[in-house]
Amino acid sequence: MTKTSLSVSFAGPHVSIQDQGRPGLMRYGVPASGPMDRQSFALANAALGNPVGHPGIEISLGGLSLRCESGTVTLALAGGGFIADTPGRKFGAWNVVTLRTGETLTIRPGPWGSWTYLAIAGALQAESWLGSRATHGSSGFGGGKLKTGQVLTIHDAQTRSDLEGLIPCPIWARPRHLLRCTLGPQDRFFDAKTLATFTTARFEMTDAFDRMGLRLRGPALMPAAALSIPSEPILRGSVQVSGDGTATVLLADHQTTGGYPKIATVLGCDLDAFVQCRPRDAVMFQAITPAEAIAITRQNAQRFAGFEDRIRRH
Amino acid sequence: MQPTPLAPIFRPIAERAVLVEFGMALDHAAHEAVLRLDQALTAQPFRGFREAIPAFVNLLVEFDPATTDHPNVTAHLRGLLSAKTTARAQPTQREVLVCYDPDLAPDLATVAQATGLSPEAVINAHLCGDYAVFMYGFAPGYAYLGGVPKAIRLDRKPAPVRNIPAGSVIIAGAQCLITTLLMPTGWWIIGRSPTPILTRDPARPFLFDVGDKVRFRRISRAEYEAAQ
Repeated sequence: MTKTSLSVSFAGPHVSIQDQGRPGLMRYGVPASGPMDRQSFALANAALGNPVGHPGIEISLGGLSLRCESGTVTLALAGGGFIADTPGRKFGAWNVVTLRTGETLTIRPGPWGSWTYLAIAGALQAESWLGSRATHGSSGFGGGKLKTGQVLTIHDAQTRSDLEGLIPCPIWARPRHLLRCTLGPQDRFFDAKTLATFTTARFEMTDAFDRMGLRLRGPALMPAAALSIPSEPILRGSVQVSGDGTATVLLADHQTTGGYPKIATVLGCDLDAFVQCRPRDAVMFQAITPAEAIAITRQNAQRFAGFEDRIRRH
Repeated sequence: MQPTPLAPIFRPIAERAVLVEFGMALDHAAHEAVLRLDQALTAQPFRGFREAIPAFVNLLVEFDPATTDHPNVTAHLRGLLSAKTTARAQPTQREVLVCYDPDLAPDLATVAQATGLSPEAVINAHLCGDYAVFMYGFAPGYAYLGGVPKAIRLDRKPAPVRNIPAGSVIIAGAQCLITTLLMPTGWWIIGRSPTPILTRDPARPFLFDVGDKVRFRRISRAEYEAAQ
């Protein structure tokens, strides 16, 4: 049994510990949290043969640098086109590598993507909150955000040289700019012209992009009626429109209720690749029916399960 | 068409939820209908049920799209609504301690001025309120309590104030809330409570369930410090 220590030489903002999240508590004001790109996170774990939802590290465009102080551990990096290096070696995300005592692993943004995931062949020691180590951003509850100077401890660290090498990056893990959604549940607050604008206009991603949500820039989506709606539940993927007509897509650490009308709700399966877009990228919305949304989701789940299974058996 | 408690509207959402609307504006009957359906669903969930989120006038029901779909979920919910409804279970009464000392209640004097009452009368009015938990939102453990007496109802401040400590007892309009995190708020801070809403008890991590009744009990500074 080995204990490996990694010190955080540098951590950018929004770098945090995540696992499968804590679903089922929205009635208490607690969103599920968990990885922004759940698919890439799952593939990183699959590449190491880890259980589904095994705690790992979510890395933002801010980047991360870890120094191995003692021990050895095999790590998988998946998600986005991030760039990483260890002494004498430069590589991209979608790789399995082993980090040894004295070596530093530095991860920074590459040509594409906004989030990448470091899965760990071992048990990352982290605080649990309500049954999950996922970090809830605004409270910091759960495993927590990584801070420069912090030391991470990994129990039962494994060295798996046999797993080292490339992880195939599926085409559907790349940034998705067309978001399929169903209109509503508060689309009635918008007139036909505004709804048509919503589904035909190009929106631009702004810098206001964190684990809570992503604000868009584009034509104003002015609500037709004066707004005074009692707060209603919100889902990950809700497209909320504020009083000045600005749309925000709510993400992993979203508020669970809110009084702004939700013009549409993006399919869960489109959100993982969507968050790999970057500020100033263009996005568009495509309205589909709830029945189509279910059919697409089932198809995607099957495709994902097949791919994950191949990586696990690799 | 407007939803009513007897004729709700079911709105399918994306691939995984149905929103059941019982009304459009804040309304006691609509909220009671939300709580009754929530209770019935807890007692009789359907296959693929994930979670339900009660709000003021609607209930969001999330499901697993691999297992079921909107029409099936809607049919199940309609069935629960048309079944001989047992009355809602007697709500649990909870107690929240509050200290109104001026340094823990920075807005008490302003609320008194704005309502034409003395600070002591504001405190008494607050203690007399008949509170119930309407829903959670905004942040973990932020429970919206309805029932602030008319005499001390004020619109929220024009701009939020930052870094309000956890445990602050804040009011705006008919609503009262005990904060759980260091957060900005535009509500009026009239006291501080040592009663944790996020309890740290894994068996019961949140003090309130939606629908619970709440009573505030005044405590002295010494009791507040001792309870910290």
